[in-house]
Amino acid sequence: MIRVVLPAHLKTLAHVSGAIDLEVVGEPTQNSVVDALEARFPDLLGTIRDPATRKRRTFIRFFACEEDLSHDSPDAPLPKEVVSGAEPFFIVGAMAGG
Amino acid sequence: MSGVRVLVGTRKGAFILTSDGMRDDWKVEGPMFGGWEVYHVKGSPVDPNRIFASQSTGWFGQLIQRSDDGGATWQPAGNQFTYDGVTGTHQWYDGTPHPWEFARVWHLEPSLSDPDDVLAGVEDAALFRSTDGGQNWAELSGLRTHGTASAWQPGAGGMCLHTIIVSPKDPQRIFVAISAAGAFRSDDGGVSWRPINRGLHSEGIPDEDAEVGHCVHHIAMHPSRPDVLFMQKHWDVMRSDDAGDSWVEVSGNLPTDFGFAIDVHAHDPETVYVVPITSDSQHFPPEGKLRVYRSREGGHEWEALTKGLPQANCYVDVLRDAMAVDTLDSCGIYFGTTGGQVYVSADAGDSWKAIVHDLPAVLSVEVQTLA
Repeated sequence: MIRVVLPAHLKTLAHVSGAIDLEVVGEPTQNSVVDALEARFPDLLGTIRDPATRKRRTFIRFFACEEDLSHDSPDAPLPKEVVSGAEPFFIVGAMAGG
Repeated sequence: MSGVRVLVGTRKGAFILTSDGMRDDWKVEGPMFGGWEVYHVKGSPVDPNRIFASQSTGWFGQLIQRSDDGGATWQPAGNQFTYDGVTGTHQWYDGTPHPWEFARVWHLEPSLSDPDDVLAGVEDAALFRSTDGGQNWAELSGLRTHGTASAWQPGAGGMCLHTIIVSPKDPQRIFVAISAAGAFRSDDGGVSWRPINRGLHSEGIPDEDAEVGHCVHHIAMHPSRPDVLFMQKHWDVMRSDDAGDSWVEVSGNLPTDFGFAIDVHAHDPETVYVVPITSDSQHFPPEGKLRVYRSREGGHEWEALTKGLPQANCYVDVLRDAMAVDTLDSCGIYFGTTGGQVYVSADAGDSWKAIVHDLPAVLSVEVQTLA
């Protein structure tokens, strides 16, 4: 079970308040986690990855275990602490001023 | 008793302003989708309780929201805007070819006859249609694949399709406008298109009379006369009496003919409203005076409407989709500003009052006249 934490706007869209416990089929990766998330919350489709390219949106970041995983391969295995549920997988809206 | 519902899109959410037919006392609801840019909100003429909203941010992309209860509750609809076939290129700011990239929906135009049918004008410029209430979107790609499209260039605000008008007398006839490609018309329901820019004269492009490349800011039509169009171009207020086949300038005595918004009185198709803006480098009213100008002759002769509007130290802008009219007997005129004010005139422009003063920057204003 992967624990996923969404940014505030996406929590509103998904109608959730806290972390989401997510069952992921196969090896947990950025892509498989987002796939599972979109399957469970279809209103999130296109908000994390560009729907045409499936690439992470420019101002979305993936954090876990105090590391920025955003530039890792989206199909790379996630850290074992995330896979075990000990640490959450954070989907974060990048900081930007204005 | 009749009333009005004003749908306001802003930089930080949507707002709904409602009043009875007197338009004196207002209820303000919102923000809906707080923190998101809402470029446009528009209701179905067939079913006023059905309202579509374009919601986007640079972080999370584009969403389409739909309400079936007059804006009380909303549900996300489909947000997959995929260009049809080969994407192709348009010109980038530096003149190099640049692939079409979807950025956002600027304008939603619900059908005049079917509440499930809605058009969407997007950036990079293209036209999409949904026939299932916004769940699925298909591009009307004849526009983006027009022979001139590879020469289209974005304006400063992006290459956006911002104006969609469907003829009330012929649903096969659709007008669109793109910054900075110009105006286009389809006579076959959006399958094929042709530029309708003859008579436009733009000093900002190398060939001032080119077939495309004009920065059309907005077009308005009175439903009783679908062949008569009024255009606020980057510079110049224009008029066409032949469905865009030719245009003549009607700027007349305006203090400046730069601006964005333009609209037509609901009951008098020769009465037109614009909000002159100083220039393309100074997006605020001349002399710091917020003035709507009205022509009762379809252009050329304009009168300043100032009663109730700030006449000193006002440096807001009024954007292209931020003016609308209701259809009550005494026609109401509405516009929103980048300073967050939404003004109403319940007497066709003679006097004005602010419904709200401090919303986020207003991107769009639409009005529903309710029975």
